[in-house]
Amino acid sequence: MVKINIDGNDLEAREGSTVLEVARENNIDIPTLCYHPELTPSGDCRLCLVELVRGNRSKMVVSCLYPVEPGLVVKTNTERVQTDRRMVMQLLLSICPGSELLQDMGKKLGVGKVEFPVEKNPCILCGLCVKACKEVVGVGAIGFAQRGTKRVVTTPFDEPSGTCIGCGSCVFVCPTKFVKMEDKNGYRIIPNWGVKLKLVNCSKCGTPFAPERQLEHIRKKLKLPADALTVCPSCK
Amino acid sequence: MTLTISVCGGTGCSAQGSGDMRQAFESLIKEKGVKAKLLFTGCHGFCENGPLVVIGPKKIFYNKVKAEDVPEIVEKTVLRGEVIERLLYVDPATNKRVVYEDDVPFYQKQQRLIFGLNGKIDPTKIEDYIAAGGYKGLEKALQQMTPQGVLEEVKKSGIRGRGGAGFPTGLKWEATRKAHGDLKYIIANCDEGDPGAFMDRSLMEGNPHSVIEGMIIAGYTIGASEGYIYIRNEYPLAVQNTSVALAQAEEIGFLGKNILGSDYSLSITVNRGGGAFICGESTALMASLEGKAGEPRAKYIHTSERGLYDRPSNLNNVETLANIPHIVNRGAGWFSSVGTAGSKGTKIFSLVGKINNTGLIEVPMGVTLREIIYDIGGGIKNNKKFKAVQTGGPSGGCIPESLLDLKVDFDELARAGSMMGSGGMIIMDENTCMVDIARYFLGFLAEESCGQCVPCREGIKRLLEIVTNIAEGKAEMGDLDLLERLGSTVCDASLCGLGQTAPNPVLSTLKYFRDEYVAHIVDRKCPAGVCKSLIRYFIVAENCPGCGLCVKACPVKAITFMGKKKPVVLDQDMCTKCGSCFDACKLKAVEVR
Repeated sequence: MVKINIDGNDLEAREGSTVLEVARENNIDIPTLCYHPELTPSGDCRLCLVELVRGNRSKMVVSCLYPVEPGLVVKTNTERVQTDRRMVMQLLLSICPGSELLQDMGKKLGVGKVEFPVEKNPCILCGLCVKACKEVVGVGAIGFAQRGTKRVVTTPFDEPSGTCIGCGSCVFVCPTKFVKMEDKNGYRIIPNWGVKLKLVNCSKCGTPFAPERQLEHIRKKLKLPADALTVCPSCK
Repeated sequence: MTLTISVCGGTGCSAQGSGDMRQAFESLIKEKGVKAKLLFTGCHGFCENGPLVVIGPKKIFYNKVKAEDVPEIVEKTVLRGEVIERLLYVDPATNKRVVYEDDVPFYQKQQRLIFGLNGKIDPTKIEDYIAAGGYKGLEKALQQMTPQGVLEEVKKSGIRGRGGAGFPTGLKWEATRKAHGDLKYIIANCDEGDPGAFMDRSLMEGNPHSVIEGMIIAGYTIGASEGYIYIRNEYPLAVQNTSVALAQAEEIGFLGKNILGSDYSLSITVNRGGGAFICGESTALMASLEGKAGEPRAKYIHTSERGLYDRPSNLNNVETLANIPHIVNRGAGWFSSVGTAGSKGTKIFSLVGKINNTGLIEVPMGVTLREIIYDIGGGIKNNKKFKAVQTGGPSGGCIPESLLDLKVDFDELARAGSMMGSGGMIIMDENTCMVDIARYFLGFLAEESCGQCVPCREGIKRLLEIVTNIAEGKAEMGDLDLLERLGSTVCDASLCGLGQTAPNPVLSTLKYFRDEYVAHIVDRKCPAGVCKSLIRYFIVAENCPGCGLCVKACPVKAITFMGKKKPVVLDQDMCTKCGSCFDACKLKAVEVR
């Protein structure tokens, strides 16, 4: 165990854990957007910024990545932290003003009027969908392309995905509801990735319930026989 | 003494046809049976006056040479030792011709420790480098010193990394040396991307062995068994010369298994860059080496512990590495006697912009900006007034005239709100608009931001939007406050060095040239006459003799010829404000307001 101090509280932390993990375990609130406990943190949204204090010097780090070390002194709520978080949130709100999540977080952080011209971009490039698809699902159908303000999440060569299994994990993790999914006339459609996959009908009730590609993926992953997964969750 | 003909094959001289000159010399020497050694060398540094030819051993210095001058040079200078007056450099200060290279003022005030060999050796011949004392440092390190001994020497020398941040090289090496791992990497960073900077390029093109020697010594010190030299693919000659040099070094036994009979082994590979500015950042460079997109990561766990392929890695700028053989050869005491208290040794700078002597210079740390710009750089072009110098590349700051006596080193530049960076210096004159400059650099960085983190991707974009509005006369005074607040967060919150320093050009120009910003916003005027939305060109009727030069120069036919001795007429609606008429007029009959 490592002894650290967050906002004046002496805490015990597991070796190898991050400042954010320790803070959450101790009910210290640090806002996050691109962080998910099941995914590798990348520190892209910068909302979890905290100030590290060493003597009379301090520096800003993102808590989702910073590993604990003995004697670490962390301040999660200084004026500087708040100012930076508010400015970052303003930048996010200016590109994606329609997101309810962002609006709520902005309100909580005390962001007033957005001082930049407002755009209508539904995606904030947090990368959760990319990581979920790769790390949890194990497919990696999507990724980042281009750089800077041209950066987008897309499929290879922007073509309809040939590998997406239509599981909808990307939809589930998306904080701004940019990635959309719909089951219609026996097909699963994810327009973002140009995907339209035929759904398999439940062998008991006949209702279409999952894309064949997804079932195949699960069978392979869990080493199930070819006749497994033919029944929908409600008939099981 | 051998007779030598040294033809500069650097970027500037090559672009002006020094390759043809080399061929002309080659065939003439053969034809006439001249006993002279022809060298096609790397950059000599005085690019402004290229192509350059230096005839040794006396070092008779010819500038602005053309291929058709070659027969005369061979006939008169090489064969008979005569000096050709018209090819000599004329010192603009005294109007006198200078015969020898060492007497050219541009070179006189320099201390060319790293760069000196560039004009004297053929970079594709390892014999040349060895004959000049090359690889002696490696020999000494491997045969007379322990890795710990080399490390102590490098630490004692006080050398700091030449790539940008100026981190003490010895400490960086020590961290990698101490890190646990069966395989460690030594990497040379030659992904020079700053606009106007070409020192790493010239070093790699002109003297690759000096970098390789430094790299092997570094590898020996930290215990690396594999090495990479990451070179911009836009530097094909550097890639080529380095590849040739590596093959030669391996053949002789400076690389490969059991170097010089020791039990140290190292192999080095050249890796061509992927074409992004961000790849010069250490973690992005390593990602790129691994074949991934060149995107940086947070360095809370240092690359000295987990770098390339998650193994202990040591990355150095090529100029840093080229210093190492000298430190080993001549000792830390000698090295640290050059420079200032906190910055030791020399530094190569590229002088570009509105300066008379465009080129590469090497000076001891602590030389003042004034000495660099006026004594070596020859002052401002066309006798204009100096306004600012931008140091440290696109993320550096603009330093005003009041700070010209600042002693150039890592700490002084940082105190002035700029940085050493890799050593680019862009000189600006009275006709440069500082708002426009801030806009240019923000535009560059907005293009080059990788886009991973929000403050850099969105923040630089917004900074650029605001500065563009200012340049176009569409801003309010409150925008200056927003620029400063946003700039501060982008510095604070960005993931890597690119974002953390990106606001520097705008913040430093705001600090030193605030009145120019105010003029754009309040008066809707660009004092330097640069920002197109805020200026108009006018014909001053009493000065205009109707010569018609401007009429010919105007690309959009906005100026009408009204007859001889009658002033021309400029149609404001058609004018695109390109400034061609202003440049064409010799009689001050075109005015910018």
